[in-house]
Amino acid sequence: MNTTRVDWAAVKADFPVLQRTIDNQRLVYLDSANTSQKPNAVIDAMTDFMRNGYAPINRSAYRMAGEATDLYEGARSKVQRFINARSVNEVVFTKNATESINLIAQTWGRANLSKGDVVVLTHMEHHANIVPWHMLVAEREIELRWIPLTEDGQLDLSNLSSLLDGAKVLSFTAMSNVLGTITPVKQLCAAAHAAGAIAIVDACQYVPHNVTDVQAWGADFATFSSHKMVGPSGVGVLWGREELLEAMPPFLGGGNMIADVRLDGFTTAELPSKFEAGTPPIVEVIGLGAAVDYLANIGMANIRQHEMNLTEYALSTLSARYGDDIVIHGPRNVEVRGAVLSFAFRGIHPHDISQILDEKNVCVRAGHHCAKPLMKLLGANATARASFYIYNDQTDADALADALDGASDIFGV
Amino acid sequence: MPGLEDLYREIILDHYRTPRNRGELAPPAVMAEGHNPLCGDEITIYAQVENGVLVDVKVSGQGCSISQSSASMMSQAVKGKSLGEIQALIHRFKVMMSIEEDADDAPVVEVKMGDLEALQGVVKFPVRIKCAILSWNTLLQALENAS
Repeated sequence: MNTTRVDWAAVKADFPVLQRTIDNQRLVYLDSANTSQKPNAVIDAMTDFMRNGYAPINRSAYRMAGEATDLYEGARSKVQRFINARSVNEVVFTKNATESINLIAQTWGRANLSKGDVVVLTHMEHHANIVPWHMLVAEREIELRWIPLTEDGQLDLSNLSSLLDGAKVLSFTAMSNVLGTITPVKQLCAAAHAAGAIAIVDACQYVPHNVTDVQAWGADFATFSSHKMVGPSGVGVLWGREELLEAMPPFLGGGNMIADVRLDGFTTAELPSKFEAGTPPIVEVIGLGAAVDYLANIGMANIRQHEMNLTEYALSTLSARYGDDIVIHGPRNVEVRGAVLSFAFRGIHPHDISQILDEKNVCVRAGHHCAKPLMKLLGANATARASFYIYNDQTDADALADALDGASDIFGV
Repeated sequence: MPGLEDLYREIILDHYRTPRNRGELAPPAVMAEGHNPLCGDEITIYAQVENGVLVDVKVSGQGCSISQSSASMMSQAVKGKSLGEIQALIHRFKVMMSIEEDADDAPVVEVKMGDLEALQGVVKFPVRIKCAILSWNTLLQALENAS
């Protein structure tokens, strides 16, 4: 992988919240798979727009409204280049990845799926890529099939062709939010197409951490959220192949998504407005544009390399220190995993672990990670999860390892 | 910031390590399941009510030290009590967790909290109140199922 030298200490310094101390201790933020922190560049872009140029988009003729529209559409172009979409028409702004998947299920799904049709998912999906399909099971009596997992938390593709036999949809995560597993996206898209199914990639854990090329994937749809990639909450992206988006019925109805409205009906606007009803999150989209610039400037290949190094360090540090007392789920090989470490520690409940780590300002997620079926497979109701990003370094992994000692002290294990 | 010693009192850890009244009860005992959607904790309460008295109660499920110890202490406190006494205790516990208040003109009801007093520290950690209250709401549900 070609990487250039990045000043990671300077990156860390770009995130003002990381300067915060509580009880005179620095903040060790290890919950980025949940939601990421924001750099000055994003905060400033949003604040500047609200202070100096806030205006509606696409509907007023004065100069400031034109500037706002340019900023909004400029952000769309940035996202298009960032994921190598063919056209800006393929980039739809939604509320988040969850809404993007619901949009696909409710529009493409309702138009194309009927009783007995098969949708294939995997055992490592989070609820956002399960429940929208369950809703179609209830409404349309479609059938769900599941790709199982191997012992080390990768997809077990040994029966892929029979699972895909007769399927209309394969919808899967590019990176597990619990196991960190990176899935073979290209291979899965090709297998879906060979079976006559469309391929939907839930990329909300992948896009913030890796070079993304939706055309190279050969996917039909991809979804991700701004808030996990140093952008603001409240905006997400649906990418779809233009001919599919063209053929789909609209999702939400209202202003901006129409070409014409009469007393007896309406016609939809061209892409991408067709799927953006009402006033969109203008400030947040502009913030997402700044986030994309910020990440692209560091370089996604550099980010991936940084996180691989950090994951390797964290895995070996925790294992060396705690041996069999710590069980870290997911693949050991950092080539196929992102910087997400879900773990069990000495039988202490994750909620208690998180509470004790919080005493040292170490922020981790404790819970089911919105992936209850996967948790059941792991034989746990919950895990503690530490997830790393561009502003984390080895001292954060060390702080996690040190703070775990406190859990042992209290529980006497 | 309140210290962890306010939360993890020795008696709480004792109930967590050796929970009382674990198990299940067969019908005609009733049951109710409770979930904490935030953290995935699950609890099932079995209640055997005879002539307005909770003659037996069992707890199963899994969860964190606070949810499990609260369930264990609760089971000890309510077993053998009349439904009226249990309602008063549930109210008293919820007042302690600051999720219910006494009306100004409410009659003073003497309720012995016993070991449950140890859970008082939980209120300083608002995120954990839901853990402490899970078994109590599940018991309420079970008692409703019984009537």
